[in-house]
Amino acid sequence: MNQVQQLSVFLENKAGRISGVSAILKENDINIRALTIAESQNYGVLRMIVNRPDKALTVLKSAGFVVKKNPVLAVEVDDREGILHDIMKLCGSAELNIEYLYSFVEQVSGKAIFFMRFEGTEAAEKVFSENGFRLLSEEEVCLI
Amino acid sequence: MIWDKKYETMPRSELADLQGQRLRAIAEKVYDRVPFYKAKFDAHGVKPSDIRSIADIAALPFTTKDEMRDVYPYGLLACPLSDIIEIHTSSGTTGKPVVDAYTRADIDLWGESMARTLSMGGAGKDDILQNAYGYGLFTGGLGAHYGAQRIGATCIPISGGNTKRQLDFLRDFGSTALTCTPSYSLYIAEAGREEGIDFEKLPLKRGFFGAEPWSDNMRAEIEEKLKIKAYDIFGLTEIIGPGVAAECECQNLLHVFEDYYYPEIINPDTGAVLPEGEKGELVFTTLTKEGTPLIRYRTRDITYITRDPCPCGRTHVKMHRLLGRTDDMLIIRGVNVFPSQVEQVLVKAEGVEPHYQLIVDRRDNMDCLEVQVEMTENLFSDELKYIEQKEKEIEHQLKESLLVHSRVKLVEPKSIARSEGKAKRIVDKRNI
Repeated sequence: MNQVQQLSVFLENKAGRISGVSAILKENDINIRALTIAESQNYGVLRMIVNRPDKALTVLKSAGFVVKKNPVLAVEVDDREGILHDIMKLCGSAELNIEYLYSFVEQVSGKAIFFMRFEGTEAAEKVFSENGFRLLSEEEVCLI
Repeated sequence: MIWDKKYETMPRSELADLQGQRLRAIAEKVYDRVPFYKAKFDAHGVKPSDIRSIADIAALPFTTKDEMRDVYPYGLLACPLSDIIEIHTSSGTTGKPVVDAYTRADIDLWGESMARTLSMGGAGKDDILQNAYGYGLFTGGLGAHYGAQRIGATCIPISGGNTKRQLDFLRDFGSTALTCTPSYSLYIAEAGREEGIDFEKLPLKRGFFGAEPWSDNMRAEIEEKLKIKAYDIFGLTEIIGPGVAAECECQNLLHVFEDYYYPEIINPDTGAVLPEGEKGELVFTTLTKEGTPLIRYRTRDITYITRDPCPCGRTHVKMHRLLGRTDDMLIIRGVNVFPSQVEQVLVKAEGVEPHYQLIVDRRDNMDCLEVQVEMTENLFSDELKYIEQKEKEIEHQLKESLLVHSRVKLVEPKSIARSEGKAKRIVDKRNI
């Protein structure tokens, strides 16, 4: 299984709330690999990939945060024009429903990584593997 | 003007005699005709014959809203159902509604009470009265309607809402009197200003406002914006509806029509009657009602009463506008809301912990209710759409239960202040 654990944290939309999370991660030497925030008018959901998701889950929960762990796929691709479209075309033809995604470019290797959350993670994993996409494992993500 | 000079200006000793006779008669009537009251009197060890003057009222047992619910719907009738010509009920947001059933004489009594009320603010047969209280089970609409008809005014039963039409009617029909909630009057004023209406040029002269808490500041604002005199009126469904008490031209405290509705102020803990001027729970006895008379009904409202002479010449006791509640009831857009109702909804909602807080505010002159609920793991999702869906579901369930719209706001766990382990349930920011 090449799925990656993502943590989501519920935050009220007000000043200083992210630092509450970052302080705890810092205290516990947890390294953030990727991070994004989805927001509505009153609250936000902080989504992140960290090097030790289970530890992070425990410490954030004990600090009183509402946290969830969900599987996402980390799709590693060449950083080139049109790659997003290739991925979307594949998802479309395989009828994979993307809930959300975020991405970043890894400068040393020149690769881009898409973190993708699907309605059905297993089905998506299968489609991507069968179509020659490389899915990073938990360990590989930690090493980025 | 004074509508019913004989009774409204009756010398106090004479009034007390009248009240004593009426109390004896109503005590006899309910003892004979309402098993609920016979049982209460017996349990309390009191007979109607013990009532020799109005002062003896303290010997009678109280009636509570819960007891009224227990005998829903007809358990308080003191006459055959065939004599009842109209029924109103409370909104019933906290359980079974309480019922007020009116005979023809009761409807006349109601009309008289509201005729006194409207006359106090100078309304008469030449007035065109735009009645923007809601018509229906809510007593505001029909109460003002009967009063307007009694004084011979031209009543426009426009009911609540449709502000555009309210403004059109104010202009087109030249309404001289407006009846609605105070906050709605300000809403009309604001909408009129946006439409470019100069209220100075409208014939509107006076307004009779009640059914929700307001203040002298709000009165000043209403009077300034609508260019009218604004009078506070008071009533409650259990007793008759609007028309229990009202301000006279002095606009200083509300005369209680005590020949019909006898007020007492009691210590809510001991039930002891408090001396004039002391704050306590307001209690009413209907002295003349036929359909559903009530003995010493505990309103749970807090105020005080005074018998200081009024320059208007009326001798009836005066009460201060309500100063609070003995329970935690809120009035939001005229609807009674209890935190316990919110709690019941949250307890039933899946995955919700009943850690909540009610934030009441008044924006654009309308009350708004925000229900803050602490986020839980069961409620949380990494996808916003699921959280938003949950919020909507809770909002919908609250609307069904409270009958008033609220906005649900999910907040972080432990973010609602807890004092001594118990959360502070209500933050009322309304500056009224």
